Amino acid sequence: MAETVEFELVSPAKLLMSEQVEMVVMPGTEGNFASQPRHAPMISTLRPGVIEVYADNKVTERIFVAGGFAEINEERCTVLAEEAMPVEQIDAAGVEARLKAAQQALDDAETPDQAKAAETAMAVAQAMQAAIGGAKAAH
Amino acid sequence: MPSLKDLRVRINSVKSTRKITSAMKMVAASKLRRAQTAAEAARPYAERMERILGALAGSLGSQEGAPRMLAGTGSDSVHLVIVATSDRGLCGGFNATIVRNSRQLVNGLLAEGKTVKLMLVGRKGRDQLRRDFGKLFGETFEGLGRRGIEYADAEAIARKVTAMFEAGEFDVATVIYNRFKSAISQEVTRQQLIPFPVPPKKDEVAGEMQAQYEYEPSEEGILNELLPRNLAVQMYRALLENFASEQGARMTAMDNATRNAGDMINGLTIRYNRTRQAQITKELIEIISGAEAL
Repeated sequence: MAETVEFELVSPAKLLMSEQVEMVVMPGTEGNFASQPRHAPMISTLRPGVIEVYADNKVTERIFVAGGFAEINEERCTVLAEEAMPVEQIDAAGVEARLKAAQQALDDAETPDQAKAAETAMAVAQAMQAAIGGAKAAH
Repeated sequence: MPSLKDLRVRINSVKSTRKITSAMKMVAASKLRRAQTAAEAARPYAERMERILGALAGSLGSQEGAPRMLAGTGSDSVHLVIVATSDRGLCGGFNATIVRNSRQLVNGLLAEGKTVKLMLVGRKGRDQLRRDFGKLFGETFEGLGRRGIEYADAEAIARKVTAMFEAGEFDVATVIYNRFKSAISQEVTRQQLIPFPVPPKKDEVAGEMQAQYEYEPSEEGILNELLPRNLAVQMYRALLENFASEQGARMTAMDNATRNAGDMINGLTIRYNRTRQAQITKELIEIISGAEAL
């Protein structure tokens, strides 16, 4: 077994995951990045996307996050996500509905703030869709 | 002297009251357990958030151009007081203590010549404060926690607070809620939300660690995203604590009520029996003295 980092995924409601992993790839705002043992300390924001957990050079788990923060240091990687769920639990119909609702909200938005919120919701839904698409392609 | 029938009616009504209070106690106890687990589950997120914020604030907090949510607006003339109470009563002194504390705070601020705005969470606090401070009311939130507190609820409140802050409607925000200590004791707590009080650094080692962090994107960029979320998290925590306290207070209050009802039933039963005996004795005397007279 190679060296591992302690990976923690936390949402406001609970601690979702806490385990030793070899590598985690995260969707950073400025490009994907990986956390491996002895990574330089870093704090980054995340865009909506998929976190991939690796073991033996293979993806063992794919988790969707709707944005958040990652704190990385030599032996630990903590992800604070507001919404997180395994990719295989995403419901395609639900995503479709969210996409429509976001589009609707965007069309109805009157103030710049509302438009911004709708765009964020839109981006999350699109990222979800992409995540399901990716999962299907992998099978 | 109440008649036997009156006593019987009273005993029965107290008995049914006892049934209700003891059922409410059970409900509160099970809700309390759920609220407590929810509060505990929310702790890791808040702790880690605090750690990241601490690291960021340590390196940026005192500089020029720090976000206003962290550094403040530079004045403290307008205060926003968020009062968190429950929607339902019958929970002992739970709401009364919060209301009393808020009244003190608001009166103190007004006496200093500050402007105060109120934001009310929960129906009870709104009803009790309306008479004195109705003119200061802003937004009110109700119906929280019917199915347990959800993060989305806290987020909605935080979003409103952020919007108000960005529009320059207040300088300092404080939330008043009951901190959950145990099922029988709660503590009224005032917590300042804006400007965010930077947690003091624990030791030198932590300071060195913090200095080495790389930030992606910039420190300001992260702070600008982190601070509004932190507000939501703090709010969420306050609501969870408050909800757990409410259930704890209700459980204790209902336990007392059940016990009092029991005492009352005992007292009334004794009186009922005595009255009944006295009546029988009286009837016997009447019969005997009637027989003797013949």
